[in-house]
Amino acid sequence: MSTSVTSTVATGPRPHSLQRSVGEPRALRSALLTGGAWVVALAAAVPLVSVLYMLIVKGGARFSTELFTELPPAGFEMGGGFGNAIVGTLVMVAIAALISLPIGILAAVFLAELKPNSKLAATTRFLGKVLTGFPSILAGVFVYAAVVLAMGSYSAIAGGISLSVLMLPTVLLTAEEAMKMVPRKMKDAALGMGCTRTQVIWKVVLPTGLPGILTGVMLGIARVSGESAPLLFTALFSNYWLQGLREPTASLSILIYNFSSMPFENQIELAWAASLVLVLIVLVFNILSRIIGRPKF
Amino acid sequence: MADKPLLNIAAGAGISRPPTATEFVADRSFRFMTQVCAAAIVALVGYILWEIGGEALPAIREYHAGFLVSSVWNVSTAQFGILPEIWGTLYSSLLALLIGGFFGLTVAIFLTQDFLPPRLAIVFRTIIEMLAAIPSVVFGLWGIFVVIPAIRPMADWLHGVLGFIPFFGTSLSGPGMLPAAIVLAIMILPTVAAISQDALHLVPYRTKEAAYGMGATRWEVILQVMVPTAAGGIFSGMVLGFGRALGETMALAMLIGNSNQISLSLFSPANTLASLLASHFPEAAPVEVRALMYAALVLLAITLVVNVIGIAILSVTQRKFAGKS
Repeated sequence: MSTSVTSTVATGPRPHSLQRSVGEPRALRSALLTGGAWVVALAAAVPLVSVLYMLIVKGGARFSTELFTELPPAGFEMGGGFGNAIVGTLVMVAIAALISLPIGILAAVFLAELKPNSKLAATTRFLGKVLTGFPSILAGVFVYAAVVLAMGSYSAIAGGISLSVLMLPTVLLTAEEAMKMVPRKMKDAALGMGCTRTQVIWKVVLPTGLPGILTGVMLGIARVSGESAPLLFTALFSNYWLQGLREPTASLSILIYNFSSMPFENQIELAWAASLVLVLIVLVFNILSRIIGRPKF
Repeated sequence: MADKPLLNIAAGAGISRPPTATEFVADRSFRFMTQVCAAAIVALVGYILWEIGGEALPAIREYHAGFLVSSVWNVSTAQFGILPEIWGTLYSSLLALLIGGFFGLTVAIFLTQDFLPPRLAIVFRTIIEMLAAIPSVVFGLWGIFVVIPAIRPMADWLHGVLGFIPFFGTSLSGPGMLPAAIVLAIMILPTVAAISQDALHLVPYRTKEAAYGMGATRWEVILQVMVPTAAGGIFSGMVLGFGRALGETMALAMLIGNSNQISLSLFSPANTLASLLASHFPEAAPVEVRALMYAALVLLAITLVVNVIGIAILSVTQRKFAGKS
């Protein structure tokens, strides 16, 4: 039986070509959908191109050193810059990093290395994921209630704390993933030589997982640098240079928000220039995270 | 010769040794510290709930559930209600999910089903991921000066010709529901696309090969095999994207018009819970702050529920495919 079938195929007319004719309804439908997918996918890239184009054209037009050295202009004033807002943003992001990096990375050690299957680890992991979707404005509301009311004033510290709430889950979850990637053999070898768990973590796990951990750190920094909602009523804004950490503090994102609704051409131009600077800061950290995190093997 | 180190070890002269007392103490305290940090994250979430809930309590006692169904926001008579904001939050997020979900899923299919050579696919994926890096305020600014002028002619035409349909019932005066929803859709697109891509990657390769082997066309494979198999993951991406849209603040505060009204019209201004907080909180009197805390608690409850559902579906579907690829 089987031999005769084989011989028919071998000697008979060529079987159906694997190539479908485009006229066939099924193939036609597939081809049309493919075309549609191309159009939709390319359309999805349009907003980014448009945003970057506007930033370069509108923001680039105002680009000068004054932006970095001068204070924001009032009402009808011409010129001006946003040096204080750049300083404010960097200071508050630094405060956020100082708070969330140690807590996030140490908690990640617990989750990845010490008790990965404990109840506490499962809860922390779950709440970390919940926090990634936590609305940023609520971080502001929380810090307003917990810090601003207690300190009696808007401040860079409060702004930094609210940003740290948003940075924490990114650092925690990426650091945990990075440490899980460290090969088991390396840890076992160190343990076998009499290392304590702590020594294994400091001498093997953390150095080996460092690129991945840094990726999370950079992503966290990139995420919070652009945040504005949590700063609205924690850091507020200031038209002057930063005098101390316990005073209202300017930030690039709040400057953009405030200036975008002003009826003055000068302020609108500054808002675009500030957007360009802000996006550049965010992109630098974003690209750093990609370079550091690129797989090496 | 080569055996010498081994002999040394055998003779007990190896470099390994038991930990000293100091090392032992350091080890225990470090382990304890990591546990404290993990517990701190749990405590933080509890503290957030407790703090916002506590601040909202006076307003809850005063306005009860009537707060959720009233449309008045009047500081001078101390009457507050957030029905328009709840409506606006859900309506804008749903519109954003319709647009962003469609585009996000298509992009995910486009990137995972061999439409592009691998190198180009990486470039395109990076472009979509970069969308997530653009700060919300910058999208707001872009929306004011690019999206609103761009959709105005179409909006005017739709209102003129199809004005009898409730969706086009008002004219676009500037900020409004549609520009806000469009920008919101762009902002959730990367979330939906990333999670859907992961879901499609999890489908075992042989499932796809089997479908092709039976003579299915590319789109028969995608629509009848790949998408249904990855449906759980894709759905969780949509839910998490929806959750993100609910809490999104700055772009909406700049684009939605902050108007206290309920309308089906895509062109009428509206308001959301998050932009209510953003626009009223900085200058609020104590009586208004209490009401805003109540609104914040409502927003917290809604986003928490949506996010927990999304994460739960995601972990269930990931477990389903564990070890099968």
